[in-house]
Amino acid sequence: MAIRLATALAALMLTTAAAHAQSVIMAMSSSPTAIDPHYHTFNPNETVDIHIYDRLIERDPQNNLIPGLALSWTMIDDTTWEFKLRQGVKFHDGSPFTAADVAYTFARVPTVVNSPGSFSIYTKTVISIETPDPFTVRMKTAAIYPLLPIDLTNVFIIPKNLGPNPATEDFNSGKNAAGTGAFRMTAYKAGERVELERNDAWWGPKTHWQHLTIRMIPNDGARTAALLAGDVQLIEFVPTADVARLRADKRVTLAETASLRLIYLWLDRSHTGPQPFITGPNGEALATNPLNDLRVRQALTMAINRPAIVERVMENAAYAAGQFVGPGTWGHTPGLNPPIHDPARAKALLSEAGYPNGFRITLHGPNDRYVNDGKIIQAIGQMWSRIGVQTTVDAITWPNYVARANKQEFAAYLVGWGFPEATNPLRSLVYTFSPAKGWGAVNRARYSNPHFDALVDKLMTTADDTTRERLVQQANQLAMNDVALVPLHLQKNIWAMRTGLSFVPRADEDTRVMDLRPAP
Amino acid sequence: MTSWLLRRLIQALFVVLAMTVIVFLGVNVIGNPVDILISPQADQAERARAIIALGLDRPIWEQYATFLWNAVQGDLGKSFVFNEPALRLIASRMPATIELAVTAVLLSIVLGIPLGLYAGLRPNSTGGRLIMAGSIFGFSLPSFWVGLMLIMVFAVQLGWLPSTGRGQTETLFGIPWSFLTRDGLAHMVMPATNLALGNIALVLRLTRAGVRETLPLDYIKFARAKGLSPARVLAVHVMKNILIPIVTVIGLEFGSIIAFAVVTESVFAWPGMGKLIIDSINVLDRPVIVAYLMMIVFLFIAINLIVDLLYTVLDPRVRLETRE
Repeated sequence: MAIRLATALAALMLTTAAAHAQSVIMAMSSSPTAIDPHYHTFNPNETVDIHIYDRLIERDPQNNLIPGLALSWTMIDDTTWEFKLRQGVKFHDGSPFTAADVAYTFARVPTVVNSPGSFSIYTKTVISIETPDPFTVRMKTAAIYPLLPIDLTNVFIIPKNLGPNPATEDFNSGKNAAGTGAFRMTAYKAGERVELERNDAWWGPKTHWQHLTIRMIPNDGARTAALLAGDVQLIEFVPTADVARLRADKRVTLAETASLRLIYLWLDRSHTGPQPFITGPNGEALATNPLNDLRVRQALTMAINRPAIVERVMENAAYAAGQFVGPGTWGHTPGLNPPIHDPARAKALLSEAGYPNGFRITLHGPNDRYVNDGKIIQAIGQMWSRIGVQTTVDAITWPNYVARANKQEFAAYLVGWGFPEATNPLRSLVYTFSPAKGWGAVNRARYSNPHFDALVDKLMTTADDTTRERLVQQANQLAMNDVALVPLHLQKNIWAMRTGLSFVPRADEDTRVMDLRPAP
Repeated sequence: MTSWLLRRLIQALFVVLAMTVIVFLGVNVIGNPVDILISPQADQAERARAIIALGLDRPIWEQYATFLWNAVQGDLGKSFVFNEPALRLIASRMPATIELAVTAVLLSIVLGIPLGLYAGLRPNSTGGRLIMAGSIFGFSLPSFWVGLMLIMVFAVQLGWLPSTGRGQTETLFGIPWSFLTRDGLAHMVMPATNLALGNIALVLRLTRAGVRETLPLDYIKFARAKGLSPARVLAVHVMKNILIPIVTVIGLEFGSIIAFAVVTESVFAWPGMGKLIIDSINVLDRPVIVAYLMMIVFLFIAINLIVDLLYTVLDPRVRLETRE
């Protein structure tokens, strides 16, 4: 009897140890605003949602498109995309996944109440959906739209069983939070944690962890400390200042990769006359905005020592950039390298443009948005001053900064943006600001070049991927030659985990616990 | 008593009204929440839609009038960010902050007053000097630094306490509390200490100063001469007379701990109201900012009321109604 009890106890201890070993806690750097996958286009929401829901098309770690709930996608004619769906997939509520759920999801996306950032930006090119059989979906677009597969990597599929107008609150409470994903949600405490259990019926490769807790620890120091103390096993967005120290610490390992987030400067083109933040070398008013002169823009980009910024300011947690996307991302233009740092040539260009004594400019930037943002503009201010452009640096808190940037107040200013591939910045950032078309929406500097626009018009209606990529590269080259904006660097994404674990770092900043495993 | 209470409430209403006007104008001057909340991928049409959805397309006075009208009916609006009623959002975070603040205030009373008494009664002893020297650290060290140091020492190096978070909770009256579970208590030790440090120092110094001031007075000498026990002299004659300033300070500090526990809450990832208000300010979530500040104004008024009532208990000479 005693022996049997001891064996039973030992067995019990073994199973609890095993259960414990399969629990994992991951710490996020910001809090999601909802569990509803269609409520808010916001990265932290996506980080939580990728564990609960799946998309028709997924992204691999290098941001290439891979099959998700759709096994294949083809443009069968100019205005129709056909998707073949994965069979045998079940939602967490037990209902089977079929084409009707896709149609239901697309109908629901634009109807989310009070959404602060709607996912309809990814679904509105689809004017109708046909479901010829349960595992085929045909999406009709008004015109040729080659970017639909990329847009679909953002739209999570929910089951039609949720009925008409499912409420955002019911997703947060867990009542509606049924997806097809690797984990099912068991509890959500806003601003604190999400608890999830493995979905053993998931169609993807088996996930190692039986139980997943996602905690929100926005404070950088606290997040690192929680990892060092062993309270969490994986953290995202490791602060650059801690990287060197963590590398030397035996308790943790790092995983890093180039991100899709480009940090760049806008040079204002909206003012043709005087620019409020630019004056002559002695503070006198100028009749025209010098930034409209290509030679001035070339001088400003050439004056920036990008390798020095990457090494000193970013502590090597970035790559110097000369275009929108890095090598390996679709649309990257080979040979379009970061402009070479050449202060002498920059000075000569300024003289040629009629500013032998330079001018005065205020360089604006946020101080609480991007990694080391305030320090980057200080460094650039000094580099510009060296070629005779006397630069005043003004770093402002983001809520105020973005409002003023959107009103075209600033002359030169820093922003950052994650590009899924190269068409996206061409269409939204560099294309002429055209509200009717919805293009150039974030062209804050109001850059406008008819040649460039014609090129983008053409590539946006080109179905063939190879031809389109060539056109994208041409447009890319044109924008950079014309210094439509000043690329600085692509950030690195860095994760840290307890030693003994391995993680696949991703370009798109998502933290997928499915990619965390005990190291082989 | 009732007219005094009524006057207080009317004053409070005016404060709240002025505060809402300031927040409305302030947020409007700083920027537009849509600029912050919207995806960078969004086009012009989507931006316009979001502005209309949040009611930001209407003139500011009209937004304010709508707010006032709804507020009178008890509706303070929905958060721009979470699309949940602002009040419910705040209420869901309140218990975490309250239990932390109450623990911190209890700590400052339980530790601050005895230490202060000791330092006051034996000002020249080594212990008394040590306590006074230590108290300087209590209020001069920045709390975010102390918080991180606590984590580094007790969680990372020694591994005695969990580094961050709220731990396991237990439900009482339908509200989850940390102090009811062992794990929750372990999670509370460091943030509560961090929050209490400054207040312990403050209470300690006030107590000591009071004791030092009171001891040489005639009535204490007389009490001693009467042959009362030292304990009774201390408890009745000294304490009762020095408690008024201490109660005032503890009351005010309790208010500010609840309202501004944000540093401690972010360092320890404690999911309370402080974190909520800072996040809301960062994204200009006006309904939450307004609702939060309204609640804080009422909280301070309530605390002041209680403090005033306590005065009358401590000192019978104090009257609530001042005669004109």
